[in-house]
Amino acid sequence: MRKLFQKGWRPALVLILLFIIWETCTNIFDIQKWLLPAPSQIIAEAISGWAVYSGHLASTIKLIIFGFSIGSSIGVVVAIGLHLVPILRQAFYPLLIISQNIPTIVLAPLLVIWFGFGMLPKIIVITLVCFFPITIALLDGFRQTNRDLMHYMQMAGATKKQIFWKLEFPHALPSLFSGLKISATYSVMGAVISEWLGASKGIGVYMTLASSSFRTDRVFVAIFLIVILSLLFFSLIVGLEKRLIKWKPKEEGANESS
Amino acid sequence: MSHLEIQQINKSFGVNTVLNDVTFSVEEAEFVALLGPSGSGKSTLFRIIGGISQPSSGSVNLNGENINGKRGSISYTPQTSSLMPWRTILDNVLLGQEITGNRDVEKALQMIERAGLKGFEQSYPHELSGGMQQRASFIRSILSPQSLILLDEPFSALDEFTRLDMQKWLLSIWSEYKRSILFVTHNIEEAIFLADRIIVLSSRPATVKKEFTIPFARPRDEAILLSDSFLQWKKRIYQEMREQ
Ligand SMILES: Nc1ncnc2c1ncn2[C@@H]1O[C@H](COP(=O)(O)OP(=O)(O)OP(=O)(O)O)[C@@H](O)[C@H]1O
Ligand SMILES: [Mg+2]
Repeated sequence: MRKLFQKGWRPALVLILLFIIWETCTNIFDIQKWLLPAPSQIIAEAISGWAVYSGHLASTIKLIIFGFSIGSSIGVVVAIGLHLVPILRQAFYPLLIISQNIPTIVLAPLLVIWFGFGMLPKIIVITLVCFFPITIALLDGFRQTNRDLMHYMQMAGATKKQIFWKLEFPHALPSLFSGLKISATYSVMGAVISEWLGASKGIGVYMTLASSSFRTDRVFVAIFLIVILSLLFFSLIVGLEKRLIKWKPKEEGANESS
Repeated sequence: MSHLEIQQINKSFGVNTVLNDVTFSVEEAEFVALLGPSGSGKSTLFRIIGGISQPSSGSVNLNGENINGKRGSISYTPQTSSLMPWRTILDNVLLGQEITGNRDVEKALQMIERAGLKGFEQSYPHELSGGMQQRASFIRSILSPQSLILLDEPFSALDEFTRLDMQKWLLSIWSEYKRSILFVTHNIEEAIFLADRIIVLSSRPATVKKEFTIPFARPRDEAILLSDSFLQWKKRIYQEMREQ
């Protein structure tokens, strides 16, 4: 906790300063509330409007958890599949890379046409944005398996299964987590985008409603909620990583290869 | 029953010949050092013996059985520290047994204590010094069921003092467990101090230039390092290696 404070006080100070400048500017230049509300107004709305957006928030969180779990599971399964079957890897890897040039948002209307406005198209959108960083990171982790360790395992007569579970998978675990961290933030974005497509509930919906009625303060509340959600999911993954990967040297910059 | 025979091994990568007609053998419970300049193909030879690389021609026999391309018949310690960073020392040491089936935790703990690593059973490799890590890798080999151990320059990254300690430790463990050891090094003194027999490889393409049988009685004391006959041996082998 003290460490967090030591590292965190500088950016926190900058943020506070920024808010103060913002607050004074809106006052001095007398900016309309519907154009740019002051931070104090946004905070007031965030507190008094809890009842308005709490339902939306819960719905989005549920969507994120669902989508992220499904998306990352698919990502892991795809990576393991491609890794274990080299022919599949050669066939699909380039396609996988190309597929990432399709912005998810242009696929969204198609998904709505095919699957309607229910949960399914939303989950698909989140899955699409989630699985790619995980698959690529995990595949990379598998590929970078230490050659000396590999030789040791092979000479010791390890089977393919033993090599995978005792060497390749644990070796790729840190890579998997860097993929998961990216996907965690992407999944929040994916959830909001998918809610814009059409939903009855969710932060995305709350945001659209707010902007169409010029409740700019609520738009900002939504933005802050999204940022907070992203940070929360991100730190959840970081926490999990810290619990699972205890074997990394503590100090930054210290190499574990000696 | 370990009796390794390397017969007329050739290995080339494309037009690049690395091993040329390499022939030698290792008797049961014998300690053989393979001495050769850097890049002469020692690690390549180990990969062939271990079955993860096929020779272009020639054969590797263990107890009269051809083991070309057959894995799992020897225990190998790679050139760099080869412990798995995500396993504790105890789990690392047991890895060789785990691959072939049965873990003997009791014996592993005993060996860890003998290696002076007591208290580090649950530590991760990065928490140990280089010498301690090498000792752990060697215990892993001794605990593995295979009777032939290949060591690829296990001490090359250590300083002179640690190295001598490690050599003495290795000899004491070896004399107790009597495995056959094939030990790669490019340090002449190390080879003389440790081995029953030294096989000198030429530089590329590597062939067996000469074999020396080292007569020093066992158990060997570090005092022999300063004896005249030790220096004589060092001179002979050094000259052998210099002549091209
Ligand atoms: N897979 C490979 N493809 C092509 N060339 C290789 C391959 N593996 C090894 N070589 C070549 O074989 C030669 C011998 O390599 P090797 O690693 O066996 O040497 P070494 O005797 O172990 O050297 P050192 O003492 O430095 O460890 C090197 O010149 C290397 O370029
Ligand atoms: Mg080598």
